[in-house]
Amino acid sequence: MTTTEATPDARELMYLLAVSEALAQLMRADESVFLAGEDVGAAGGVFGTFSGLFDEFGQRRVIDTPISEQAIVGLGVGAAVSGLRPVVDIMFMDFVLVAMDQIANQAAKLRYMFGGQAKVPLTITTSAGAGLSAAAQHSQSLEALLCHVPGLKVVYPATPYDMKGLLVSCVRDDNPTIVIMNKMLLGAVGPVPEELYETPLGEARIARSGSDITIVAVGRMVDEALTAAATLAGEGVECEVIDPRTLQPFDTETVVGSVRRTNHALVVHEAVRFGGIGAEIAAQIQEEAFDYLDAAVARIGAPFCPVPFSPALEQLYVPDAARIAEGVRGVLGMNPVVA
Amino acid sequence: MTTFDGIDLHRRMVRIRVFEETAGRLSESARLPGFLHLYVGEEAVASGVCAALNDDDQITSTHRGHGHLVAKGGDFKRMMAELMGKATGYCHGKGGSMHINDLDLGMLGANGIVGAGVPIAVGAAFANKYEDNGRVAVAFFGDGSTNIGAFHEAANMAGALRLPVLFVCENNEYGEYTRRCDTMAITDIIERAPGYGMRGVIVDGMDVVAVHEAATGALEGVRSGNGPALLECKTYRYFDHMGVKGVGVSYRSDTELEEWKQRDPIRSFEARLAESGELSADAARAVWDEAQAEVDGAIEFAEQSPLPEPEALLVGVYNETGAPS
Ligand SMILES: Cc1ncc(C[n+]2csc(CCOP(=O)(O)OP(=O)(O)O)c2C)c(N)n1
Ligand SMILES: [Mg+2]
Repeated sequence: MTTTEATPDARELMYLLAVSEALAQLMRADESVFLAGEDVGAAGGVFGTFSGLFDEFGQRRVIDTPISEQAIVGLGVGAAVSGLRPVVDIMFMDFVLVAMDQIANQAAKLRYMFGGQAKVPLTITTSAGAGLSAAAQHSQSLEALLCHVPGLKVVYPATPYDMKGLLVSCVRDDNPTIVIMNKMLLGAVGPVPEELYETPLGEARIARSGSDITIVAVGRMVDEALTAAATLAGEGVECEVIDPRTLQPFDTETVVGSVRRTNHALVVHEAVRFGGIGAEIAAQIQEEAFDYLDAAVARIGAPFCPVPFSPALEQLYVPDAARIAEGVRGVLGMNPVVA
Repeated sequence: MTTFDGIDLHRRMVRIRVFEETAGRLSESARLPGFLHLYVGEEAVASGVCAALNDDDQITSTHRGHGHLVAKGGDFKRMMAELMGKATGYCHGKGGSMHINDLDLGMLGANGIVGAGVPIAVGAAFANKYEDNGRVAVAFFGDGSTNIGAFHEAANMAGALRLPVLFVCENNEYGEYTRRCDTMAITDIIERAPGYGMRGVIVDGMDVVAVHEAATGALEGVRSGNGPALLECKTYRYFDHMGVKGVGVSYRSDTELEEWKQRDPIRSFEARLAESGELSADAARAVWDEAQAEVDGAIEFAEQSPLPEPEALLVGVYNETGAPS
């Protein structure tokens, strides 16, 4: 758990503006930081996450690249081993797959393969998640793929505060890091200190304290879990909601500590359930807290299919507060609520 | 000089324009979910090329794919239903605009991944050569797509294996909000062709006859086993990268847009057809009206169509039969 928390009286800022603010402050403070990606320059990024940076830092430090994901990440890898601190953007997380060799075979492994000599302080930003009817190639949540690769660090901010804090930590980290933004959270507003601060990597946040069950929720699912927790409070169930914030390295300690108190656990993410990060989290809970569990660890994730286009199907695809609440009732052996 | 069927070329272009403008209006009034990349302004490219193809030839497309499907004979009803996410759509509501396809028409799909259709066209060409069935494949792609590895690997492989594939670049000078000249050091896309042992031809993409003739010429070589060729069609999209607006944007000037519109592929071709006496103004009007009536009918069909059933979610992830056909 962390001590750095948003103070309630801090200024409010949108998730997407937390990105550009963090980058602007990092770039002012460190000449070796630069940004490259498709439409990140004058256009300010297709989601507006990089607005203002081109105006302030110009084309030497804010580079509009060709549509060349593999070369974009490669540019970052090469520049990073050469002493710069690159931030490269892959517009949609789906396109990470196009760049996967540079990410998984190069960035992640250089240091180890070279016997610890190379330093790869590269940050990759990308936008994940369904909800915009953007269909199967613009909506994926592929964090498990990245977490599976030793050498990468993966963060998934769920609040504007952590968007800024985690991005700062990632850029300052001397390893390749991936910052996953969620498209449906871009407009979320929350307290964000104006100064430069870090959310430490590898530290989970207890988003809500409770004694009956631990819900570990990833990314956009944190808000859904909090909504579910509010509903369940009305039924006399106190949920503890944990936002891991960093998925790799994973803060097992905070999660396990919580489960030892609540004796119940539910893991929820937007990614496909099979082989999702929830499988790893559930396994760790049962390894570390088996004797404390009163029920099997439950998991909620997307069904095993690509993200469908039609809003009618996409709604069924993405887990929501109602499904999380139902999952909690299941773990606790309560009667299901028929909607 | 190749012959062309002016009435056919005109009709293909008008059908694309009417479908796209209508789709644009629907999306502006929030009647279409998701991302919409419209083809308005570029109609001569898909029309001129597809008119030079046989029905069983194949094409691969891009995120801006409606025009290619219409030009290949796509059904407005199933297209509109797909755009609305309905069960009666081409993809049963699973794919939407960016994945629209009609395999029966040889349209192997729009694509959400820039450049990804190009290797797939090469694969289709490989199958055609393998089967020795005389078919060719055409890869449509944007100027920006030629910056991605998939394009280069596919072009090289097609050259090396002398595959019957035509690469058609729709050079509209922009990839999203970035100018082409800022993303490549060459003047014309065809400069990439010699590196892969291909002939490259530049054509005025606002002139449907020029496109048609160039495609016909290039396809002759492709069909006769000379290996791939690259056609670069200089064109322009009237609307924004996504959706409609297009005017008063910061990344390009309205003057530039107006200059291209002066050379509108449909209006200029209508003038030419009127002059030659092939198509009177009234007859041209009738083509527009007919297309509009068909699109209106498609909207009605789509709106009355059911949404996919919840059970559809898990259908079609795998081929459940697995039986050889
Ligand atoms: C691999 C990949 N990278 C980025 C994108 C986002 N994107 C969609 S269309 C586009 C521009 C494509 O430009 P171009 O090929 O010239 O086609 P146009 O849109 O001009 O028709 C970009 C960058 C994508 N869909 N796929
Ligand atoms: Mg383009």
